[in-house]
Amino acid sequence: MYDLIVIGGGPAGLAAACSAWENGVRKIAIIERDKELGGILNQCIHNGFGLHYFKEELTGPEYAGRFIDMLKSTGVQVKTDTMVLNVTEEKEVHVVSAAEGYQVLKAKSILLAMGCRERTRGAISIPGSRPAGIFTAGAAQRYVNMEGHMVGKRIVILGSGDIGLIMARRMTLEGATVLACVELMPYSGGLNRNIVQCLQDYNIPLYLSHTITDIKGRARVRQVTIAQVDEQRRPIAGTEKTFDCDTILLSVGLIPENELSKKVGIQLDRRTNGPVVFENMETSISGIFACGNVVHVHDLVDFVTAESQRAGKAAAQYLAGGAPSTGPVLELHNGDGVTYTVPQKIRLEHLEKNAEIFFRVNRICGKSEICVTSGAELITRFPREHLAPGEMEHIVLPKQLLQKCNSGNITVSIKEVPND
Amino acid sequence: MYDVAIIGCGITGAAAAYELSRYQLNTVVLEKENDVCDATTKANSAIIHAGYDPLPGTLMAKLNVEGAALAKELCHSLDVPYKQIGSLVLAFSESEQNTLHTLYERGVQNSVPGIRLLSAEEVRAMEPAVSEQVTGALYAPSAGVVSPWEYGIALAETAVRNGVELKRSSEVRSIKRIENGWRISTAKGDVEAKYIINAAGLNSAAVHNMAAEPKFHIEPVKGEYYLLDKSEGSRVSHIIFQCPNEDGKGVLVSPTVHGNLIVGPNAQHVEDYTDVSNTAQGLQFVKQAAVRSVPSIVFRDNIRNFAGLRATSEKDDFIIEIAAPGFVDLAGIKSPGLSAAPAIAKYAVELLRKEGLVTVNKSCWNGSRKKVRFASLSPEKKNELIRQNPAYGRIICRCETITEGEILDALHSPIPPCSLDGVKRRAGNGMGRCQGGFCGPRVLDIMAREYRVTPEEILQDVDGSYILVGETKQGGNADV
Repeated sequence: MYDLIVIGGGPAGLAAACSAWENGVRKIAIIERDKELGGILNQCIHNGFGLHYFKEELTGPEYAGRFIDMLKSTGVQVKTDTMVLNVTEEKEVHVVSAAEGYQVLKAKSILLAMGCRERTRGAISIPGSRPAGIFTAGAAQRYVNMEGHMVGKRIVILGSGDIGLIMARRMTLEGATVLACVELMPYSGGLNRNIVQCLQDYNIPLYLSHTITDIKGRARVRQVTIAQVDEQRRPIAGTEKTFDCDTILLSVGLIPENELSKKVGIQLDRRTNGPVVFENMETSISGIFACGNVVHVHDLVDFVTAESQRAGKAAAQYLAGGAPSTGPVLELHNGDGVTYTVPQKIRLEHLEKNAEIFFRVNRICGKSEICVTSGAELITRFPREHLAPGEMEHIVLPKQLLQKCNSGNITVSIKEVPND
Repeated sequence: MYDVAIIGCGITGAAAAYELSRYQLNTVVLEKENDVCDATTKANSAIIHAGYDPLPGTLMAKLNVEGAALAKELCHSLDVPYKQIGSLVLAFSESEQNTLHTLYERGVQNSVPGIRLLSAEEVRAMEPAVSEQVTGALYAPSAGVVSPWEYGIALAETAVRNGVELKRSSEVRSIKRIENGWRISTAKGDVEAKYIINAAGLNSAAVHNMAAEPKFHIEPVKGEYYLLDKSEGSRVSHIIFQCPNEDGKGVLVSPTVHGNLIVGPNAQHVEDYTDVSNTAQGLQFVKQAAVRSVPSIVFRDNIRNFAGLRATSEKDDFIIEIAAPGFVDLAGIKSPGLSAAPAIAKYAVELLRKEGLVTVNKSCWNGSRKKVRFASLSPEKKNELIRQNPAYGRIICRCETITEGEILDALHSPIPPCSLDGVKRRAGNGMGRCQGGFCGPRVLDIMAREYRVTPEEILQDVDGSYILVGETKQGGNADV
């Protein structure tokens, strides 16, 4: 019987396992389906990781390496090359591996850290033929950075998510020509620093409010047609441009990977596609926690680490046998301009001092205020110079303030402040 | 000289090869693509139709009903995914109620087992997700869903295992009458055979015209589809049709045999025999038609769109006849061709017998096949398998739980796949929600290793569909 089984050995699982160990949990196992720990960080060989957490700039593998080293000083058991097939409400974890076969592992608590996957062509129904040469940006990144294979020479990128932007630079450095980065929305979904460092620095044109309307080629991609879209995101006739290319990379969003969460019956949030979590990252099933991109897609791994450390600590507290929660639960709602919030629920009695709220906005905003209301009452507000959907937002709400919310509901919304 | 040459290895050619493999004959199959079942057979609604659609008295009616019964047995003995889930044709108006009556009468005349008309209440009790507007339905319990490419591959593999020769990437260029038979020139050299079965699908008119006077045309009719995540797979539990119209059986909504939801097709006449592109208008049409039957479909859970071409002729029936001495056409095999295939094959062999083909049973013919499907095994069986071969403990495709062992099985099967999609059609990897994003590079690696080729040589699908263009670190490009 394990005290804690962590599913996934990427940045979330690593940080959570370390944190649980530091907080006194001893029988911990990390189950990782890949050959080694580190998750997607292993293919992110660019730098820019760790600026917040380590106050220095690391590559993805280096960032993962720091946590793998920390883990080595603990007694956490690691099972790599092992796939979790099922999780039950009784906290049984069904795993399979070549080395140990099919096993049912029992645990007192479980931490879900399965990360996310990329949206595919099918999810957005791109018209055209279906030849070779269409990759999700992450799959291309794996080929290029881990396997040492080039996937194409003349490239069009659809979507301006961070992986797409990073791959625009990467493919250019490897000698390919990136003809265009095409974004459906009027703004990029990636970090501003990536727009500058990965597109502008290499003179790669970014077509905002554009999409792919046709793909040609029977065996391999031969040509791509893009067109401008109107406010309803419908292509505008007459605005088409064609590019002769052999490759299309898709960076059209990430989806938290919650098939196991669904099997075990955890309540999911349709907005995040992740589990509904409480302030301590506990899911709707007591003793099952979740953190990292399986809960909501983060912009920076540093924030995954912080969230996962809270989750690991919470698992330790759960195992230490805190009294079951009976007190009031505050529900968080999105107001105008907000796409989602994490956590979705707060149990006041579990809070030490503050509740940390993460969310994303649904449009670019200039000078704004993040307003927190309870019923009709404005509880607090936070000024911001600029807000963008590509960047995760973060506010800290003191417990004292939350105790005054009698309605049981909190709404987070954005109010733009007119310039004087 | 071969006894029989089959031109085309889609479901019809594969079924003919399977049928002929029973006999002491030298049979060769000539396939244009680098894999079998890589055109119409892999891109259709994947339905074994009950047989109430075709007009009574047509070949189509007879072969559909016979073929559907044979398909059920074959899928069982060849270990091909098949589920008899039954179909409903929905009516939305008085005139469509009349259509249902006509279809019911046809079904009775065609000897379709168990069909009956349902009231609106009965329909909704059976299928709660159908539209409130439905006024009644025709229920056909014998209809089923199948994995069409696995069905075709299983037939072809079994034929090959029983001695039939398969030549891939061997497009037929010309056919000449010679003494006692035919000389067929292909992309890979000449082949001589006493008899020819023309199962060339979309190209069956072109192949016919190489050996006989032109008699029919094949017009490709494109159908576009959505394939949704398994999360939508139980939205309905029967094949849900609308009333047929002049363009075919209309847009259906159905669970697939793999547990996804399939929605489509439209019917668009196209010029190009290779045009299987999706169009925004086509997909929009399909979506709008489908929600008329089942309003609650969540299209944001779509994982793939595809399109296939039906080989439609001007005749409202299959064209199955002797075109020249010892040359039989199996042409215009539109829907319900998949359902009818094994009956078409038997009928074709019957026609060739009349042309003089002598069929003597082989003494050691094995018409069955068994496949490891790891995900569906009990924990005990899983463990037993992994003990025997640890490769079955290594999950390569996480979405569909496909193991390295199953991928190796596919690579070493009687018709070894030469592309990632060929492996996918055999082992089922990459069929899931990530569409091969995670497992693609790993399968490519396994293929290169097992086949002892460079990764650059591995194809996505058809000839020329290369995936990788070389190694990294080869220096910059002058036009940056």
